[in-house]
Parts: sequence; C-alpha cells; structure tokens
Amino acid sequence: MNDSLLTVNDVKTHFQVKRGPFYKRQHGVLRAVDGVSLSLREGEILGLVGESGCGKSTLARTIMRLLPITSGAVTFNGKDLTNYERDALRRVRPEFQMIFQDPYASLNPRKTVYDTLAEPLLTHDIVERSAVATEVGRLMETVGLAKRFVRKYPHEFSGGQRQRIAIARALALRPRLIIADEPVSALDVSVQAQILNLLRTLCKEEQLAMILISHDLGVVRHMVHRIAVMYLGKIVEQGPASDVFDHPRHPYTRALLAAILKPTADAAATLSELVLKGDPPSPVNPPSGCAFHPRCPWATAECAASTPPLIACGEGHEAACIRLDAVGATVPK
Amino acid sequence: MSLLEVDNLQTAFHTRDVIVRAVNGISYSVAPGETLGIVGESGSGKSVSQYSLLGLLPTPPAKVESGTARFEGTDLLSASPAELRKIRGGRIAMIFQDPMTALNPFMRVGKQLAEPLLLHGDLDKGVARKEAIQALNDVGIQDAEAALNRFPHEFSGGMRQRIMIAMALITRPALLIADEPTTALDVTVQAQILSLIKKRQEELGMAVVMITHDLGVIAATCDRVLVMYAGQVVESATRTELFRQSAHPYTQALMASMPALHHEGEALYTIPGLPPDMTRPIPGCAFAPRCAHAEPACQESAPTLQAVSPEHETACLRIQSGSLTRAHLHAETQV
Ligand SMILES: Nc1ncnc2c1ncn2[C@@H]1O[C@H](COP(=O)(O)OP(=O)(O)OP(=O)(O)O)[C@@H](O)[C@H]1O
Ligand SMILES: Nc1ncnc2c1ncn2[C@@H]1O[C@H](COP(=O)(O)OP(=O)(O)OP(=O)(O)O)[C@@H](O)[C@H]1O
Ligand code: SF4
Ligand SMILES: [Mg+2]
Ligand SMILES: [Mg+2]
Repeated sequence: MNDSLLTVNDVKTHFQVKRGPFYKRQHGVLRAVDGVSLSLREGEILGLVGESGCGKSTLARTIMRLLPITSGAVTFNGKDLTNYERDALRRVRPEFQMIFQDPYASLNPRKTVYDTLAEPLLTHDIVERSAVATEVGRLMETVGLAKRFVRKYPHEFSGGQRQRIAIARALALRPRLIIADEPVSALDVSVQAQILNLLRTLCKEEQLAMILISHDLGVVRHMVHRIAVMYLGKIVEQGPASDVFDHPRHPYTRALLAAILKPTADAAATLSELVLKGDPPSPVNPPSGCAFHPRCPWATAECAASTPPLIACGEGHEAACIRLDAVGATVPK
Repeated sequence: MSLLEVDNLQTAFHTRDVIVRAVNGISYSVAPGETLGIVGESGSGKSVSQYSLLGLLPTPPAKVESGTARFEGTDLLSASPAELRKIRGGRIAMIFQDPMTALNPFMRVGKQLAEPLLLHGDLDKGVARKEAIQALNDVGIQDAEAALNRFPHEFSGGMRQRIMIAMALITRPALLIADEPTTALDVTVQAQILSLIKKRQEELGMAVVMITHDLGVIAATCDRVLVMYAGQVVESATRTELFRQSAHPYTQALMASMPALHHEGEALYTIPGLPPDMTRPIPGCAFAPRCAHAEPACQESAPTLQAVSPEHETACLRIQSGSLTRAHLHAETQV
C-alpha cells in the first residue's frame, strides 16, 4: 500500500436530484459512485469499464477533485486531498490531469491551438517564456498534429484532431497521473493506435500512472495492467487484466465481454444473441441486494437480500457475487 | 433502382485564409433496405459527406461545390431549404453520437416525439400521442406512457439513444443516416442499439448509412462498406470481401492497427506520417506518402475507383494495374 501513488478509499459521490413535475416533485439521492476503493502505483495503468451511466466519469471527476466527495478519502502521493480547498488544489493540480470524453466541450472555441497549449505552460512555469514556442511544437509533434495547424481554432478540426489537442494540453503540465476518459473513442483505429502507443510509452518511460476509461474492451485489454469493472456505482470485479479477460467471474463482466463485436466477415449473424436482457437500473432507486440481480441469469432470492462484498477469487482478483461457484470461471462462448 | 445516388459530391470549407477540400468528389449509391458502412481516417470527410446532403453544414464557411444526390426523385443538393427541411426528419432521418445534441433538454419526451409527425403529416394530437407511445414501445422503453412526460436527462445514456432512434424513425423514413450512433455506449448497450436499428430496419424496409470507426460495428451491421481517406472513397466493397480480401493498402493498414490483432504489451501497428493537407491539391494517390507499397507512379496520376470484382472497387493504382496483388497486400501487412 505504501508505494501507491493514488489511493481511493470507500469513496461515495451522491447527487441530490429532483424528479417529477413541480407539484409533486420528489427529492432523491442519486448514488453515482457508491463506495469505491482502488489504488494505483507509479507507472501503472488501470482500466475502468462498465455500463453507460455506471459512474465511471463521476468517479474520475471525484478523484480529480472536480466534484465534491460525499464520503471516503482520496490520497495522492501521500497527501490526503479530501479536504483540500481551492488554492491548495490549484498547486497540486498540474500533477494530475484529465483527458475528457468530449473534446468539443473541453476546448475553448476562441483559442487557437497555440494559445491552448501555451497557456498552461506559462501559468504553471513549465518552461521559460522564450522556450514556449518550441515546447508547443514538441507537444504537437508528440500527439501527431502537423505544425501548420498551430494557428487554427477548434472548430476547424475534426473530432479526432480535437482530441489530440486535448491530449497535448494534458501532457503540457508533465503530470504524474492522467485520468483518460474515453481518450480515443473519437479517433479512427490507426490514429487510435498512435495515441495508445504514445500513452503507453509515457507511462512506461516517465512512470506516469493512468486510469483509462473506455468502452472499447479491445483497447482496454491491450493497454492496462489491471482492470476494474463497475456496475451501478460499485466495483463488481477487479484484478489483473489478463486474468479478468480470460476468466471473468462476475456475471456482469461475463455479459460485457460476450458483447464485444468481432471484426470478422461473418460477425453479423450473432448480433441479436449478444443483447443483455433488461434495462440498466435507476441509480436513484437501485435494486436491493446485488444491483445486477434483476438481469442476472444466475440470480436467486438470496441475491436480492443483501449487497455482496468483493470476494477474493484469484491472485489480486476479486468479484462481488455470492454465486461465484455456480457461475464458474470459464470464458463464456 | 437505388434509393440514394450520389454523384461527384465536392464540399469545401472557405475559411479566413484557406479552402479546405473536405469532400473531394465522391460517388456512391444506397439501395432500399441495405446498410452501407462508412469507415476511414478521422477528418476524412465521413460526417461532412452526409451533412452536405441534408443541408446541415454552416454556410458559410461550408459550400457544396459540385455534384448531385438523387433521392426519391429529388436532387438534395439543389433542393430549396424548405424542401430539405421536409425531407429531413421525414423521408431521411439522422441520428448522432450524442443524443443530447438531438434532444431538446427542456421539452418533454412525448412532445418531442410527436413534433415531426405534426410537422410532416396532418395528424391530430391524439393520434400523434398514440404513435409516440408505439414508437417508444418499438425501441423497448417500458412504461411508455409515463416516459412521455419525462425530460431527456431523466433517462440513462443508452435509453436516451433509444429515444433518439424512436424520434428518428417515427416518420417511417426510407433512409436513416447514423453518425457514430454507439461510440459513447458500452458494448452491451451497443449490441442492444444495433440490433434495435436492425429490427426496425427490417420492419420498415429502411436503408441505413452507418458511419463508424469501429470495424466490429461494421462487421456486425453492414452489407457494403465505403472506406474514406482524405475526402475520397478509396475502396468500396461488400462486408465479406472487405474483411477477407480488402484491395487497398489504407484499408489493410487500418485493419492491421486493431488492438485485437496484437499480443499483449506489443506496440500497435500504426500508419507512418500524417494525413495530407486538404487545403492543397493532391496530385497522385492521397495515401502515397504513407503507403508501404507506393511506387513513384503513385504520386503522379490521381486514381479513380475501378472494379476489381463485380461488387468491389479500389482506388489503388497498383492493385488496378496488377503490379500488387491482394494476396501480397495481405501477406505484407499481416501482424
Ligand atoms: N451533475 C450531476 N447531477 C446529477 N446526476 C448526475 C450528474 N453527473 C452524473 N450524474 C448521473 O450519475 C450517473 C453516473 O454518470 P457518469 O457520467 O459518471 O456515468 P459513466 O459511467 O461515465 O457513463 P458513460 O459510459 O455513459 O460515460 C448517471 O446516472 C448520471 O445521470
Ligand atoms: N467548420 C469547418 N471549418 C473548416 N474545416 C472544417 C469544418 N468542419 C469540418 N472541417 C474539416 O473537414 C474535414 C472533414 O471533417 P469530418 O467531420 O467530415 O471528418 P470525419 O471523417 O467525420 O472525422 P471524425 O472521424 O473525426 O468524425 C476535416 O479535415 C475538418 O478539419
Ligand atoms: S495507389 Fe499506390 S500509394 Fe496509393 S494505395 Fe495504392 S500502392 Fe499505395
Ligand atoms: Mg462517462
Ligand atoms: Mg465525423
């Protein structure tokens, strides 16, 4: 535990939400992140996957301290950030950077690429003023953007090109932890490959730690050392990536891995068989017990009775399911 | 008979100091009921090529420079804004990656669903409401009556995407253009959305244009595929031919980049170099500077699409001349 760069301990992020028409409005609590613990070492890449809306981005923003923590603690590099206020946070902020899912929203439309990259370099004194132009050029090259784009505005780029600008901006501050929220989902496969190689090299050579959030499980498998699978605000399985991919234990993980579309000529036939039954549950009104039980083929009455804890099921591998023995450990066909 | 026939579409952006030739003379057709996939480099003009047809680009700076796009007897490229508005959200529907760009956050779902019906047909409100409930049932939203009174943010991402599909299909369009419809969704919801589109497609006999960079999505849904590079179509093939014997070095390189084909820890295959500057005329094959198989001749004359087999066209000069075989192309880029 001592050598971990980031420790997340039983973190909860709840939102107060209003539902219904104004005359019978109900106030509810949306448990977007509901008791997540994880840790990350220098140079380590952790994959965070799970259903749309299960709380991955909320967890990321909570770790980044962009959202208030409802309870629990976030420790970064030995410092407990949980109660840091604005100024203190501003000082440590360059050390952990986030690459957002949506490059449209995260880039300022009125700033050229040059200004977007030069500004963090200047505000945080990363390089001498006279070296800023060179550094901007270097950053653009690192992410594979041609220098002729330097005076252009975000709207003049395709989605993919914009994401590269966002990545260059995150790298500008030479962070120690990057949380990448769908960093390549807007990119074609070959540009994806460049960015992924780049991120991997950075993690390896500069001992940069990374949390990679992605729906592309092929990308995750290739990139990460460890993987955490979330369902409705909780981690339901985590472990070494190869172990989880080859021997998924939680029924949700198995459904997820089974739904990967294979890029082969005769994949079309299988599409309808992949569909997981039922809708994702509401985080305001979650099912009792194991939140996956209404959709789980292995569920029994006991599953609805109490929330299963994470149970060890291998070397550094744990899953939150009380029927692990019945579910088995073979790869679903 | 094709449903949509696009001929030599060229679209450019006239920015402050340069002209970006985003779509550079592409031609293709879509048959009724078929699914045509479009893959290609980020920025290769996939979205612009479709938005051009529906008048969805900001003008200026965008300008359709030439071409025709015949759809059910109308040339979309010379149609008046009023005509286009009628076709859009009527006979042609469109869905996007982010449902929130299409859904109005301040309007109840029911009202949004009924709107295209009231706009395009002359239904009364009661009938429109029934149709809206039916549309939600068709996309598998339970308790549709209650859903009508809710706002978009009260649904999960996958449900919003299904509501957007319900809205797009409520007018029973002949053509659905889907721009990265599942990129933001996890794979279980993706499978749900794609099989839903397929089911509704079969029920309505509708054609689909599917823009994606996920070759798994292409494999699962498309009958035919266009591969775009630098504003041009460089290969057009059936799904089976594309995956078994693609006939263009760019396509082959794209497939070789997929993480699934690599060993753990191995660096991913990438295409060297950068995409071309689309503000300058490109003399030869646009891919030549990055192509592992390029010869000096490739830089000289601009290729056009030529058939290599009945339903398979390539713009690779070397494949066309026979100096590069498909078998060789595959052997070379195998990882
Ligand atoms: N500011 C907010 N106020 C209220 N609810 C929110 C807020 N932000 C997120 N939520 C809700 O919290 C839940 C988790 O959302 P989050 O964006 O973290 O999911 P995600 O796992 O990142 O999903 P996706 O894969 O679709 O990006 C969702 O139900 C979402 O609607
Ligand atoms: N408003 C604009 N002004 C100038 N250039 C633009 C504008 N909109 C798009 N472009 C350019 O047009 C080209 C094609 O863009 P398009 O959005 O069609 O790409 P795409 O193939 O859909 O890419 P992606 O996979 O990243 O979505 C890009 O090179 C882009 O830079
Ligand atoms: S025409 Fe030449 S440069 Fe272009 S893809 Fe074919 S071999 Fe490569
Ligand atoms: Mg998210
Ligand atoms: Mg696009």
